[in-house]
Amino acid sequence: MNPQAAPYADLVKYLQSPAVRVGLSIAVATGLYGVSFGALSVTSGFDLWQTMALSLLLFSGGSQFAFIGVIGGGGTGAAAMTAASLLGIRNAVYGMQMNALVRPAGWRRFVAAHVTIDESAATASGQTDPVERRLGFWSAGIGVFILWNVFTVVGALVGGALGDPAQWGLDGAAVAAFLGLLWPRLKGREPAAIAVVCALVTIVAVPLVAPGLPILIAAAVAGAIGWFGHGRPTEGLEPDIDPYADGGDHR
Amino acid sequence: MNLWLWILLACVVAFLTKLAGYLVPARWMDNPRMNRVAGTLTIGLLASLTAVNTFASGQELALDARIIALAAAAVALLLRAPFLVVVLAGAVGAALARLAGMP
Repeated sequence: MNPQAAPYADLVKYLQSPAVRVGLSIAVATGLYGVSFGALSVTSGFDLWQTMALSLLLFSGGSQFAFIGVIGGGGTGAAAMTAASLLGIRNAVYGMQMNALVRPAGWRRFVAAHVTIDESAATASGQTDPVERRLGFWSAGIGVFILWNVFTVVGALVGGALGDPAQWGLDGAAVAAFLGLLWPRLKGREPAAIAVVCALVTIVAVPLVAPGLPILIAAAVAGAIGWFGHGRPTEGLEPDIDPYADGGDHR
Repeated sequence: MNLWLWILLACVVAFLTKLAGYLVPARWMDNPRMNRVAGTLTIGLLASLTAVNTFASGQELALDARIIALAAAAVALLLRAPFLVVVLAGAVGAALARLAGMP
């Protein structure tokens, strides 16, 4: 964009971009469920600062839920870190795609990397025009970052005030959150089969090994299926909230 | 303090993973197998986390109000409810099941 142009005209042009509108609406939808992360994190035993650090610095919804889920279930810090890291591997794939589609240069690459998540990658990939791709990526990435962090704090404060988490069904909220993250990725028979196999492996492993480890055993099984399997290479790489769910005219 | 260390380590690993996509030459990573493993890992981990949060109580298996939460969330997802509503459905499901006397 030309820095000499009138800033007001730029803003109007920016808000008229279809990619920006998609990016901002996905930012609101995703940001809002930061409330559930904040509340669950505090009721899993994390303090406000630790909860904020996860949203500000780790900034990848699935990995954050995994981290607090493993600790909340009695797992070790090492198991939580490993589960979160394995769940973040898909962000490297998104990074590679965004490097080709958005082409950030210099220091912007480091900012782009931090806001490379399911939602920003999906918003950019849904556009065909290079300028729109760039606008979509940045508006979704920065928009989700700001709102996700604001609502994490809101959730943490609400969660801290609730008292007994079980009475409010917050352990049920965690179950629902993970199912909600899994659901959009179950398109087709193979992803569903992988999910069932990994859930069964987990249930068999729970009584046999220390808390946290069943998740890593299931991850090893899932990794082996991916390594030796022949499924379509994009399965599992769907955003939690599909930016183009209604209409789909930009796909 | 120990927990802080693992939190910060997880944050560093997460950022370096994202950055790798931008800095590592595409030909090293751009193959169908890498994409597939990233995808199956995501599905497997989320399925496993769902199972642990529903059925595990420490190192034991338990059938309690959380199974109602799972069912309520599934119904909300089938009705195409937004994520936050799904999470609320899970919470309400578990809370009501406990009110009704489930452990």
